[in-house]
This record gives sequence, structure tokens and C-alpha cells, in this order.
Amino acid sequence: MAFVNIQNLTYKYPLTKEPVLKNINLQVQEGEFVSVIGPNGAGKSTLCYALAGFVPHFFKGEISGEIEVDGKLSSKSTLDEWVLNVGLAFQNPFNQISGAKYTVFEEIAFGLENIGVPRDEMKKRVEDAMSLTGISELADRSPYSLSGGQQQRVALTSILVMRPSLLVLDEPTSQMDPIGTREVFGVVRKMAEEGMTVMMVEHKVEWIANFADRVIALKDGQILLEGKPNEVLTSDVLVEHGFGVSRYTSTAREAKQRGLWKKNNLPVTLDEAVQGFKP
Amino acid sequence: MNINIKDLYFTYPTGLEALKGINLTIESGEQVAIVGQNGAGKTTLARHFNGLLKPTSGSVSIGDWETTKYSTAKLASRVGYVFQNPDEQLFSRDVRTEVSFGPKNLGYSKEKIDELVKRALSLTELNGKTETNPYDLSPAWRKMVALASIIAMDTPIIIFDEPTTGQDALNVGRIARVIAELRHEGKTVITITHDIDFCAENFDRVIALAKGQVLLDGMTKDVLGEEETLAQTYVDPPQLTRLGKALGLKDTVTTQEEFLKAIMWG
Repeated sequence: MAFVNIQNLTYKYPLTKEPVLKNINLQVQEGEFVSVIGPNGAGKSTLCYALAGFVPHFFKGEISGEIEVDGKLSSKSTLDEWVLNVGLAFQNPFNQISGAKYTVFEEIAFGLENIGVPRDEMKKRVEDAMSLTGISELADRSPYSLSGGQQQRVALTSILVMRPSLLVLDEPTSQMDPIGTREVFGVVRKMAEEGMTVMMVEHKVEWIANFADRVIALKDGQILLEGKPNEVLTSDVLVEHGFGVSRYTSTAREAKQRGLWKKNNLPVTLDEAVQGFKP
Repeated sequence: MNINIKDLYFTYPTGLEALKGINLTIESGEQVAIVGQNGAGKTTLARHFNGLLKPTSGSVSIGDWETTKYSTAKLASRVGYVFQNPDEQLFSRDVRTEVSFGPKNLGYSKEKIDELVKRALSLTELNGKTETNPYDLSPAWRKMVALASIIAMDTPIIIFDEPTTGQDALNVGRIARVIAELRHEGKTVITITHDIDFCAENFDRVIALAKGQVLLDGMTKDVLGEEETLAQTYVDPPQLTRLGKALGLKDTVTTQEEFLKAIMWG
């Protein structure tokens, strides 16, 4: 039985004319790290909201089909119950930061406070989570004094500290420098290896190819392709549909036309590109 | 209209020293990318260009205006600033009203406002969305609205703070076309970005900041070839530059054509 099981999910926001998700069927195994790619407006964030229970419990609208996580149905749960199991880091960290706390440390403790975790345990969990994501030195800063990338790390940490069994991340590295990006992918990979199930929306395909187990390409609310990262990320179908691809892939595709790339598979990562272009 | 920055230091009220002695001249019509790790001081520096922040010591001049002597509202006639987060800047009920707000405030004639708004909407491909509430658009399109509302002000200098964040390939292409058009019109474009491939493909000059100071400043290709120095501020060179290095190519390459030529001729 898959840990995440989405059956025939169709969803329309209250004010949109067309469904944003159309008949999505998706299974994710426990401990799997799945990455979702897609152009703007594909429904990526809506899919995140659906997994996190905000669709439909918060946004309302019209929904059909079922979302099941860890044997529980979203339709039969309340949002309060659901968020204990599923954590979502928003695309825009500004929307997530509570505004109720003066320091990063307190901000990260906020969720634990709400579920009544004892003080000593709370302190330890917050410290552990901050050290995991490399933000210990930000503990006493105001969440609003941070750079965009630093805020994103705080937002991610405040979800990780809750230890959800399903971690949903909506472009968690969009404002980060490469070191931040590498660390986030590393932390997420580690979480997956420890059994956390991860669904991450991302545009940075080279990183996805290096870290994710599977890639889902979403377009116009439907799953266009899914499979192993290299397979999906080098597909010609992506180019036809306006997806972003790695410069290694696009350059090797052009090189292939000119007879300068001899391999069958196109590269996504630096290593793959070096292997193929090496004289 | 040149930007002159002399011995700029800036310390936030919290005591955080964000800029520590910046000296820069950016000339009229230059296309400059500012790169560097999170917390390097990129946004803090850019917010000095339009007077949102004023130097703790040193000076920033926009043409003959020293920013301490002019209000941000006044400086807005010379410097347009597109925020990293469009939600910090949008407030109108529809896209056209939003985009008209800036030029109206600058006191242009009605004809000129109409013309500027029309041009901004068409450059950002928002023509079909003029009556929509910006908050009913996706974040990616809200970013285009933020871009349009600044372009419509027709300032000689435009700052983009992370324009490609959260944008798909099509929108990144649109933003690149906007920047190319602004370059054609002789505007100065200064962009803060982590998207180093975008930087390599669209900018002539790159300034790398690290810990509140200028680490590197020069022609794009020269700066992006400095892999080891860039690593100090957590900037990876563009993908093709790294590939060229890994393959032992003699010259630094940044674009696809350069790369393909280099491997063809060895």
C-alpha cells in the first residue's frame, strides 16, 4: 500500500472557471523523494495544498477523488488532525512566518508550542532542527530581518521540527544561493533516507537529477510524464511543453544534431555531461 | 546618469553591519548583475540606489543627486525598483490601475501615461490581463505586473531584485526580452540574482558581493571564470562554464555557442 495515494483528484478553486487539477492519480512510497516540475500555472502549488489539506479544507472549492496519506483520507479528516502528519513549506516564506514571534528560535518553536510539547523537549527539538538546516547562528535574529534565502531556511526548519511523516515543499530553494540549495537538498535526502516521504516542487533540474528518486512533470493540471529523473528531465516532450531544462541537456541536444554528442542518453548533471563530452 | 558609490557603510538598527566600504561607479546604460551568497548585502546595497536606505557613512549619488538630500519619492523619478516579492509592492484592484500608478505619481501628461502604460503592458505580455485583480494572478504573473508597474515609470535606472525567482522557462525568456528592450532604450539595468545562467546570458558586467564588500567586479566572462574566488561567496559559475573547466577547455565559456565552438575546435 502506497504511503501517499491520490485517486482521480480533480479540484477547482471557488473563483476559477476551470479545474486546476484534473484527474490526478499518484502513488508515493514511504521514504520516497519525489520532485514535481512544471511551468507556471501547471497546478504544482495546488497539488501541494491538496496534500497538505489546505485544499479543500481551507480554500473550499469543488473537489472530487480521494487523497490518502498514511492510511487516512483527507476527506474524512479535519485540518487540525491532518497537519500533524503532513508539513508544508510555502513557496513564499513571507506568507508562512507567523508574525507573532520576535526571534527565529521562537518562530521555529511556534508549532511545537501549539501542540503542547514540554519545554525541555521543545528546546532540544528546535536546536536540533536549526543545526540540521545550518541556521543556529540566526537563533536570536528577528525573522523579518533575514534575507529571502535565510527566511526560506527558517520556514523549512519550522516544518521539519514538527517531524511530519510527509514533507511537502513548494520551491524551497527559490531564493537561495547554491550552498543553501545544496544543503536543503542534502537535508531533504537525509530525511527521506530516515523514512520521511518527500514531495518537492522545484525548478532546479540539475539538483533534482542528483537527489530525487522520481520526477513528475505536471502541465495544465495533469501529469504529463513521470519516471526516473534522467528519463523525464531529458525528454523532448518537456521542451515542446515549455519546461525549463538543464543547460547540459539543451547543449547536448544541440551537440547531438551537429554530431558532437555520441551517447544515446542526454545529460542532466555535470558528471553526465563530462562523461559524454570527454574526448 | 551615473551611479556613484563612495565608501558606503551601512549598519542596521539591530547592529548588523551589512555593507562595509563599497566603492562603485555604474555608468549610464550599463547592464549589471549583482551576485553573492544569502546575506552578502545585495538587497541592502540595491535599496541604497533609490534611497529606501541611507548610508550610515559614505555616499550614494544618482547623477548629481546625493540620496541623503532627496526623498525616496523624489528618487523614484530616477530609479525604479522591482521588489523581490511582488506582494510587497502591489495594491491596486486591477492590473491597469496598478501599472498606471507610478507614472501618474510622477506627474506625466495623460497622453504620456497612456503611452507608457501601453508599452509596459505589451513588453511584459500582460495585454490580456489588464482588468484582472493582481491577486487573482499566479505569483509568476504578479511578478510580471510588478515589473510592468516599474517599467511604466520610464526611469533611466531600473533595479530588479531576483526577477527570475519562481519563474518558469517561458517567463524567464519574457524577462530576458524585457531586459534586452530596456538595454536597447539605453536604460541602466541592475539585477540582483542567484540565477547565474541567466546572469551569464543577459548581463555585461557582474559584481560579486561577499560579507558586505565587493569581492569581484568586471566583465561577465572574466568574473564568472573566477571559480575559486566566487566560491568564497557561494556562487557557482554557470553550468557550461563549469563543464568547460571540467573538460579542460582553454578559455572560459559561458554560452552554448561558445561551448560548442570550443569543443569542435578543441
